[in-house]
This record gives sequence, structure tokens and C-alpha cells, in this order.
Amino acid sequence: MLVLIEQSLNGLQFGLLLFLLAAGLTLVFGIMDFVNLAHGSLYMMGAYFAATFVAWTNSFVLGILMALGATLLLGIALEFIALRHLYGRDHLDQVLATFGLILFFNDAVRLIWGPAGLSLPLPAWLTVPVQIVPGVFYPAYRLSIIVVALAVAAMLYFVVMRTRIGMLIRAGASNREMIGALGINIKLLFTLVFGLGAALAGLAGLMQAPILTVQIGMGENILILAFVIIVIGGIGSIRGAFMAAIFVGMIDTLGRAFLPDLLRTVLSSAAASTAAPALSSMLIYLLMAIVLVVRPEGLFPASKR
Amino acid sequence: MKSPLNARNLIVALVALGLLLLPAYSAVTGNIFILTLFTRIVIFALAAASLNLIMGYGGMMSFGHAAYLGIGGYAVGILAYEGVGSGFIQWPVALIVSALYALVIGALSLRTRGVYFIMITLAFAQMAYYIASGLSRYGGDDGLTIYKRSDFGGIIDLSNRVQFYYLCLACLFGGVYLIWRIVNSRFGMVVQGVRSNEQRMQAIGFHANRYKLVCFVISGTICGLAGALLANNTDFISPATMYWTRSGDLMVMVILGGMGSLFGPVIGTIVFLVLEEVLSQFTEYWALIMGPLLLLIVLFARGGIMGVLGRFSRG
Repeated sequence: MLVLIEQSLNGLQFGLLLFLLAAGLTLVFGIMDFVNLAHGSLYMMGAYFAATFVAWTNSFVLGILMALGATLLLGIALEFIALRHLYGRDHLDQVLATFGLILFFNDAVRLIWGPAGLSLPLPAWLTVPVQIVPGVFYPAYRLSIIVVALAVAAMLYFVVMRTRIGMLIRAGASNREMIGALGINIKLLFTLVFGLGAALAGLAGLMQAPILTVQIGMGENILILAFVIIVIGGIGSIRGAFMAAIFVGMIDTLGRAFLPDLLRTVLSSAAASTAAPALSSMLIYLLMAIVLVVRPEGLFPASKR
Repeated sequence: MKSPLNARNLIVALVALGLLLLPAYSAVTGNIFILTLFTRIVIFALAAASLNLIMGYGGMMSFGHAAYLGIGGYAVGILAYEGVGSGFIQWPVALIVSALYALVIGALSLRTRGVYFIMITLAFAQMAYYIASGLSRYGGDDGLTIYKRSDFGGIIDLSNRVQFYYLCLACLFGGVYLIWRIVNSRFGMVVQGVRSNEQRMQAIGFHANRYKLVCFVISGTICGLAGALLANNTDFISPATMYWTRSGDLMVMVILGGMGSLFGPVIGTIVFLVLEEVLSQFTEYWALIMGPLLLLIVLFARGGIMGVLGRFSRG
């Protein structure tokens, strides 16, 4: 029972992290109709920036804030220099170009930080276990990820649904040309949205950094998960991304935690321990395939066009 | 208007001739490295050509084509591991399993369109990747070493570099010829018709999805052959062969060369892999140049290399 609570919280935490990544992706996809494979690279850059700045400033909070700003600037620069010329182009062109960017970022990181991974040590006040219910302790850092991600999700909801910028974003998602014709500076709006998506990806990366090592290629696996999420949730839909992210995070975490034991009841222990991780990774793709076959528009389509 | 002698055809002819004469060059100069490099290139060119059949002519953007490389490779590897060394069994099995896989995932994937199709093919390829990682008997994540190449009963010796190269080249030319015949057949015309206007083709009585599915299966089968060749070339097969970045590589090769042009993927593969090789000798950080180069190609050279050549020859 204790294990179940702990693993469910882990699943929630992973799901929320995935949401941060998927939210940026789905915004960019839904509004600019732009497939950005390099989103995972921004996630990686967020983690590297955080590891560097925290080491420089000797302050966890300050370093993380600087890393967040750096990823935001990087995203805006990327959009301004290269990607804005790709809006309106074929999806395939976008896939190819951003695939090139993945190659670039991976080697750029290897050049700057070296091939070995970095680690981002936690400050002492985040390593203490917190008692959530009597007898159940949970690491403070993971708990703080849940809190921060929920806060960001709420803020995102507020910005998109309740502010003028959000109104423009939603309008852009349903009809790009129209809001341009109404005198909105659509280029600036796109740059802002892309920067926001980059910052969210960076935030996901830097929050994940203390849990896993910061390494080259860390964005690639998780990028595919984020794509799975926005496809399951319905492209362009923040609400769909949120639901799907929690769902995927739970399946992945609980599958990894409990499948080995479950399989051991039917398979030999050695076979179970190799088959289980493969099977739990597969579950998510299986889920996506089923969703696409049954509801090709995703579970929560953003708008009926 | 359509003179056969233009820059594009000239380059294609030169490349084909170069590929044919390469072993001679390698023998004269004693440069074995170039032969092994080009064996790999020829195999990937076959895979890229098969992807071009569905992407360029069928309008189906598969982001999971590397799965067939793995399936073909694992068919050879697993049979070899279980003591079945004959190529006459291994290769047909590789083709049949690839075709069956393509049939199943094609039937499911073709219910979706556009980006969703890209994503669902990716999802299936990732599933194949994780299945391979879970095959503990066959090495799991670490992969499977193939100790003996496919045995064709003395007709052809796959361990002989030159013979193996010509076998791969024959498969490539055969594959491209087959694709050319398919594209120009009635079947191919229907598939291309569906790509440009599916509803209209439906309206005049074609079952669009059936045509697309058959095209998808043919493409997968050809790529399965490339997988069998690849496993024999590296004497090794691992899940990494099917990882999504490999599918991305294949897409890059096709688009780089020119999607929907018969020989474009071959040129694209040669340029991509040779560039990778040259840059990596030049600097350890070859992708630092390769990445932005891809971006520039997308931005400024629409239609890939063949597209640029076509514009050039039209003046």
C-alpha cells in the first residue's frame, strides 16, 4: 500500500513534468502548425544551463532562474533566426530542419560541456523527506516538482483562458490569417508563444536534472513521449495535454514499478526482469496506437475545424 | 522539352557507373575502407528508396521505417542463432515477416492522416524497438552478434567483400527498377492519384486505402531486404537499428535527395553518409556542421538535390 502511494506520486510527478514539455509542444503545434523535434533539445539545454548556473552562483534558486531565462532567450533566438521561416512549410520540411537542429545541439553540448554527463546537486533543504500522511514519507524535491508544475499548469490555464494574450493565442490557433488581418502583430505573437514553449521545456529539463543525470540525448526519449501525449490528448489542446500527460506518467511509472512482479508470477525471474521494462515502455505506444485507431483526432480535440 | 540528356540524368548515370566501378577502384588503390563505406551506403540507399515509394509517390509519411531494417535484420540474426544458416530460408523469412508487419501496422495506421500518420508509424516502430529490447534470449538491449553470414550454398560468398558489395548493389538496382515499374504501372498511377486527390479517386471507384496498403506493404518488404543485408554487413543486430533517430536518418536521406524522384534517395543517401564520414574525419563534432546544413537545405533547396538539379537543367 505504501509502495502504491509512493509510486502513484512518482507517476503524478513524472506526468506533470511531461505536461510542461507537452504544453509547449502542443501550443507551437496547434498555433503555428509547426512540428518541432528540437523541443527535446531545449529540454536538454534547460538542464545543462541549470547545472552550470547553479555551480557558478552557488545558489540553487538563482541558478535555476537564470537557466529559465537563458532557455527562454535561446528559444526566442532560435525562432527568430531559423524557425520562423519554416511556418507554413510542409510538415516534412519542419521535421527535417528540426532534426538537423537536434544533431547540432547534441554536438554543441558535447563541445561545450564535454561528453560526460553533469549532475545538479540539490540544496540541503530540498533533500529532507516530508511526511505527507502519517507514516508515509516522500522526498521534498519531488513534492516541490508537483507543486511547481501544478502552479505552472494553473498559470498557463489562466493566461490562455483569461488574458488578452491568451485570447490572441486561442484566436491564432483557430484562424491565423484572420487575427493577422485584424491588425495583431502575428510574428511577435508567434515568437512569444515559441519562447514560452521553450521556457516550459527548459523548466521541465532543469527540474528533472537533479533526479537523473544531465546528459546528451536526454531530450530525445522524452520528446517522443511528449509527442505521444499531444497526439493522445488532441493536438493544440492544453487540457488534453494535461490529462494525457498524467495518464502517460502514471502508466509508465506504475508499469515499471509493478510489471516485473506481475510478470514473475508467469515467467521465470530472469525473463521477467528483461521483459518488464520493455513491456512497460511499450504500453504507452500501445495506448497511443489504440487511441489513434479509435479516435484519430485525440481524446480532447482542441477545436472542430 | 523532355530531352533525356540533362544535368539530372547525367548525374544519375555517372553515379550508377561510379557505384558499378567502385570495387575496381578499391582493388587498384588498395583502399578497402571505401568499399566497406559504400556497401553500407548502398544498403541504406535501398532502404531510402523503399521509403521514397510511400513518401514520395504515395504521400504516406512513415516515421517508423527503421523498424523494417530491424525486423529483416533480426530475422537473419535469430535464425542464424538458432542454427538455420541458409540464406534461402533466412531471407524469405525476413521478407515475409516484414511484409506481415507492414500489413498489420499499415491496416491500422492508414485509418489516420497527416501528422497523425507520422506519429502512429513512429509509435509502432517504437513498439518494435521495445520488443527487441525485451528479447532476452537474443541479447536484449545489447543486441545479437551474427557469427556466420547467410549461406547461399556456394552460389555467392557473402564474406567476400566484393561479392557482397555486388549483391547489395544488385538488390539496390533491382529495388529501384521495381519501384520504377510500380510507379509507372496502373497501380502506381492510382497510388499517385490518391496522393493528389483521395476523394476524387474514391469517387471514380478506386478503394484508395487498399491501394495505399499494398503500396505500404511493398515498401516495407523492400526495406526488410535492406535489413537482411544490413545484418549481414555488420554481423550484428541490435534494437538501436530501429531507434526513431534511425527512421529520421532515412527520412533525411529521402528528402535530401529529392522526394518523389526515382534516383533521388540514392543520391541523398550517398551525400548524407559521405558527408557524415568526411566531416567526422575532419572534426569530431561533425554534427555541428551537418545540422545547420540540413536546416539550410530545407530553407533554400526545396525538392532536395534532384529538385535543384531539375531547376538547373531547365535553365
